[in-house]
Amino acid sequence: MRGRPNLYTSYESESQLMPTLTKKVALGLFLLVLVLMPFDLPVIDQIPFIRFLGDNVWLRLINRTLCFAIAALGLNILMGLAGQISIGHTFFGGVGAYTAVLVGGKSSANLWGWGLPMWIWLPAAGVVAALVGVAVAPAAVRVRGLYLGIVTLGLVFIGLHLSRVFPEIAGPGGLGRKWPRLELRLWKEESPLVNFSRDGHWFWFDINKNEKTYLLLLTIVVLMAWAAANLARSRTGRALQAIRDRDIAAEIMGVPEYQYKTTAFAISSFYAGIGGALFASFSGQIPPEQWSLIGAVNFVAALLIGGMGRVSGVLMGSFFVITSHRFVEEIVDWMKHQAEEGGLFAGIFDFFISTGQGDGGFVSVSETALGYPLPVSALDDIIFGLLIIFFLLFEPLGLYGIWVKVRNYWKGWPFSY
Amino acid sequence: MSILPVVLAANALDTFVHTFIKALALGSLYSLLALGFVLIYKATQTVNFAQGALALAGTWLLSIIFMDWEVPGRWIGGPGWFHWFIALILAAAATGVVGLVIERLTIRPMIGEPIFSMAVITLGLEVVIRVVAFDAVNTTPRVLGIPWGTETFKIGGAMIAWSYIAAIAMAAVAFLGTWRFFKTRTGVAMRATAFDQEAALAQGINVGRIFAIAWAAGAVLAALSGIFASMPPWGPAGMASRDGAFFAFRALPAVILGGLDSAIGALAGGLIIGFAEVFAGQYLASYTGVLGTGYQQVVPYIVMLIGLLVRPYGMFGTEEVRRV
Repeated sequence: MRGRPNLYTSYESESQLMPTLTKKVALGLFLLVLVLMPFDLPVIDQIPFIRFLGDNVWLRLINRTLCFAIAALGLNILMGLAGQISIGHTFFGGVGAYTAVLVGGKSSANLWGWGLPMWIWLPAAGVVAALVGVAVAPAAVRVRGLYLGIVTLGLVFIGLHLSRVFPEIAGPGGLGRKWPRLELRLWKEESPLVNFSRDGHWFWFDINKNEKTYLLLLTIVVLMAWAAANLARSRTGRALQAIRDRDIAAEIMGVPEYQYKTTAFAISSFYAGIGGALFASFSGQIPPEQWSLIGAVNFVAALLIGGMGRVSGVLMGSFFVITSHRFVEEIVDWMKHQAEEGGLFAGIFDFFISTGQGDGGFVSVSETALGYPLPVSALDDIIFGLLIIFFLLFEPLGLYGIWVKVRNYWKGWPFSY
Repeated sequence: MSILPVVLAANALDTFVHTFIKALALGSLYSLLALGFVLIYKATQTVNFAQGALALAGTWLLSIIFMDWEVPGRWIGGPGWFHWFIALILAAAATGVVGLVIERLTIRPMIGEPIFSMAVITLGLEVVIRVVAFDAVNTTPRVLGIPWGTETFKIGGAMIAWSYIAAIAMAAVAFLGTWRFFKTRTGVAMRATAFDQEAALAQGINVGRIFAIAWAAGAVLAALSGIFASMPPWGPAGMASRDGAFFAFRALPAVILGGLDSAIGALAGGLIIGFAEVFAGQYLASYTGVLGTGYQQVVPYIVMLIGLLVRPYGMFGTEEVRRV
């Protein structure tokens, strides 16, 4: 109904992804800014936040965020929609990454690899991870709640062990091996059609490899986020939510629980596999230990900080989890500059920051070794842990919940409801 | 954490005796850790993922109290081992206080929230405590000054480390204590809280106090198991090292196998996992080429998976009765 955005007359209109024109325009503009962000354009560069995100150092971080977000979207389907706790999401990411390197990597004396192009290894990574998800499902469907969480935790350790059993695939422990580059080629020809991992020239822009990778990853994320948002309002999505809310009731109403839980595991593992493969390929070389428990905790944290069950929340949470460390470092650095050069808050910051020997303050900028005063790397881990606790205590709906509160405040303004 | 290579005994029987005691000791350690998980789960319905970090914190506290401050030794005379045990009690008590503070600040406000949110809070706590403890432990491991050190004795031809006996004795004391505790008034109140928080409240039980007791006890058990797991024949060899923080995750299969809410389950699960791990390490060693180095550390998870397929709530866990 035109002009009455909150009046729904059919299920279709209520479950629309983009119900209002405002939303469509806002999303369109947002996507446009995201696409144009890496380029040196006069207007876009004036937006304060965007200006430094388009920077190369930050762009690499954004690329990591995008890879992470793909896998986090998968976990959201499993945890947010189907309500199945998983602390082993990195395991499926690892499965995807090692499938990618087996299919697309170069073989040598003690490494296996078939050297196939990206349009084969990327889907293969997702499909194999999904198959592993289906294989795990029979064990996972039987247990529920925290029992399931710990079973999936076990997967992480089993996966780490498997990477030691097959050094031909995973490469030597602690080092890893080289992943296939992000290059699009038809078959095994010498020069790729599109090379995402070298600087180059597209149309009338000079574009470096980070920017190319960014555009590729952004495309994939948008596609997969769109698919995830649509899944939530399909028959499968409704079935999963029914199982999440009351599984016995869902089964009585004719929703086959086993089948749909298996589907949820398969889809979520597919996302994890794609995300893991892209992350590994974009990183170049990562050791098997990368797919550890800490990574899995990050996924859960991203969901809870962003807001579980919401695609936009998951994207916000991913951004937060990956970049928060960097933000802490930047802020500490800024505080140090202020303290040294006698800025406005120099007195306060000097209290926190220890710049040299004998200086008071509990955060050290100069030292990297552990001990007192705290190095920045330890500080940002601590802040990250505290933020997880803080969000759960004070804002259980996460960043998405904050956004809804802010939006509703302005919707009703000047009234309070 | 790796287990030192097996001391080769002269004959099969000696090997078996050695392996058996070793398995019993490792199983006792797992049981101790599992008991900490179970106590906290029983009271608050939460798996405390910070248990390993608390274990490391306890180990570090012992090292500070005993080695750096020389706390009982600077005031009283007497044999060294007596000092060490007083320091052990002090360190465990200090960790218990940490547990109390954590419960008060982060767990108490979460009463009534979904259990998973509470579990993730403990994951956040794990990150914080682990980083702080890593920072304190630093890159140089801290010595614990364990009185019996690396000493061993012999049963027949089998070499047995005194640490094995110490771990077994510690677990026996802890389980007897827990068993006695559940018979007391507070213990019964805790069991009632575990059964139904609201009903317990209605009966006049101070549920908040039960939470606090459970967390303090859980932290004490974490510290004790962390300290006893750092003894010479095991990996860190008498020091507080960073590996301590991850040891608790190896006890999770024991908790799940026995059932999250059963103290007997913790004992049984811990022993089964310990035996499976040590015996697999001893008697499958010739297949290392196929199974990969360090395969015995995966054995607990495989045993857990098989156990769960048979009994989804563990051996002694109460099956959740769900309302439709």
